[in-house]
Amino acid sequence: MDSISLGSQVVQYIFTGLTVGAIYALVALGFNIIYNVTEVINFAQGEFVVWGGLILAVLAESLGIPLFFSFFISVGLVSLVGTVIYWTGIRPLRQPTILTMIMATIAISIILKGLAMFIWGKDPYAVQPFVEAPPVTLWGAYIQAQTFWVLGISVALVVALTLFYQHTLTGKAMRACADNPGAAGLVGISSGRMILFSFALSAALGAVGGAIITPITLMEYDRGAMLALKGFGAAILGGLGNFYGAVAAGFLLGLLESFATGFISSSYKDAIALIVLLGVLFARPQGLMGSSLQGDE
Amino acid sequence: MKRIGFVLAMVGVCAVTLLGSAQAADKEPYRIGALFAVTGPASFLGEPERNTAEMVKDMINASGGINGHPIELFVYDTEANATKTVVAAKKLINRDRVLAIIGPSTSGTSMAVVPIVNKAEVPMISCGASLKIGAPVEKRKWVFKVVPGDDLAVRLMYDYMKKQGIKKAAIMSVSTGYGISGRGQLNKLAPEYGIEIVADETYGPKESDLTAQLTKIRGTGADAIINWSIGPPQVVVTRNWKQLGIPIPLYQSYGFGSKRNIKLAGGAAEGVICPVSRIVIANRLPDEDPHSPVVKRYKALYEEKFKGEVSVFGGHAWDAMFQLAAALKAVGPDRARIRDYLETLQGFVGNNSIFNRSPTDHVGLGKDAYVMVVVKDGDWAILE
Repeated sequence: MDSISLGSQVVQYIFTGLTVGAIYALVALGFNIIYNVTEVINFAQGEFVVWGGLILAVLAESLGIPLFFSFFISVGLVSLVGTVIYWTGIRPLRQPTILTMIMATIAISIILKGLAMFIWGKDPYAVQPFVEAPPVTLWGAYIQAQTFWVLGISVALVVALTLFYQHTLTGKAMRACADNPGAAGLVGISSGRMILFSFALSAALGAVGGAIITPITLMEYDRGAMLALKGFGAAILGGLGNFYGAVAAGFLLGLLESFATGFISSSYKDAIALIVLLGVLFARPQGLMGSSLQGDE
Repeated sequence: MKRIGFVLAMVGVCAVTLLGSAQAADKEPYRIGALFAVTGPASFLGEPERNTAEMVKDMINASGGINGHPIELFVYDTEANATKTVVAAKKLINRDRVLAIIGPSTSGTSMAVVPIVNKAEVPMISCGASLKIGAPVEKRKWVFKVVPGDDLAVRLMYDYMKKQGIKKAAIMSVSTGYGISGRGQLNKLAPEYGIEIVADETYGPKESDLTAQLTKIRGTGADAIINWSIGPPQVVVTRNWKQLGIPIPLYQSYGFGSKRNIKLAGGAAEGVICPVSRIVIANRLPDEDPHSPVVKRYKALYEEKFKGEVSVFGGHAWDAMFQLAAALKAVGPDRARIRDYLETLQGFVGNNSIFNRSPTDHVGLGKDAYVMVVVKDGDWAILE
């Protein structure tokens, strides 16, 4: 016989929602980084998360490299994968219209998924938590220590990204490319390099998401599509291209799913993301916080 | 004329010599068809099944075949796709002219070929799990099955839970065919054992976090949690159960029966209770268990040949192949008589327990096809 008060349940749902939401937010941010420079939706975004988690699992669990180093090597390698994708899949396109680029990213996501299956097989992989600690009890709810890592690292990344875009030359150059590629080219900014950079950056972001979530959820080769879908939902919900919108929408989506599971039924959990996505597209296509496309940043 | 006679005599001598030395190779081979999901989403079933069927064929042929007839095995990959399975089944019947069919691997593809084998009057031993494959027998005249149904696993589990004094149970299940079938039996059989279902949660096969579902269940005052899924969610639920410090026991389906799951759960699996097939606990089976020789022999042979952990699923193919071999040995290459033999098969000891079939039961297994185990010190321990 076991029971838990409604208040404790709500606290539990909030933390569950925020943990999953943080990953949606990171995926949504990845979409935005590439979208802002190229106006392309990179559908391989979810695969970066998968690869980040799987590479971490191999480095930390199979090879026994300390988790701290494994984390950075994994993020670095996935970021390299992002640049390779740009060089082999996006740059060689003869007529790089937005539509052909989006098609290319779908092809790339299928290839990455297939490669992951060949390399790691179909079984899930586990990684130990970053710090072994007992769960924290908060108003009767149990919060895993890893949850605080997920939330902390996600928030730190958002702050770092903001500083990068506001205060560094490369960040400003990327924003310039997003605003007006023609004018950016005239003042000597290579848009090709900025696109390359955006792929590397969004791949790294996805890899961080995969690395921090794998100790909680395990990771296997075919989880990318669902993550990409949810992250895309968050990006649209927040307003495509709007960074703060993406973060807020990612967390909101995670909370919605968690509460829907708790108070309605878990059968409808995955439908929530799609219903929200459709609702936003019907009622407010520019997203909750406005899209960068409308120029109201 | 004399010369021709001499040549003929020589040919005759050669033929006799060859006959003597080759034994199995000269008599006409027995043609057996197999439909396995070797690739695609159910490859975890089809691959070990294909490996096992080929291995058994080689074993039988190496020991002189069946009454001197070697086995010829025609394997088609169904990719767990019903359309491809139907096409392959027709090929097996019309082109390869097989005596009987083993497989298909999954329930859906098995159901798709039931009408075909019934019409063509070809005996089939399915490796699918669904109860509907083998029943109702009036409509399954040519269809047999080696996999114990979910009802047997659920009954064994409920038996044990009843002894533990559990009155209220919360069900969690995955929204795939596997979970839906298990959930149906759990709900249907609960009243028989005096168990009340206080929560009935379902989730997707890619679910990465089940703390919300578990939290909801804690609010219902259940005495036990039953999770029915295969794949990553059954490990995730185990970890979440431990992380949330939930004091009620966690029961899992027979899908949890792989050492890999214990390892992936990283210590969280301690105390998980589930029904498993004997092959999972082969090393722990006492010698007096009548299944012990078969299960241990299969495990040793498979693991030596394929350098990987033996699975429950390959065991289905083993049972099906040897049942068919027994039928062929007893009645010869006659489809109708093979069917009759399979229908009255008694006391056949396989990986899935002892088969006792009858014209009203085309499976022939009881709930002793499973054994209740608990995870203890990172390994399985048999529960009495």
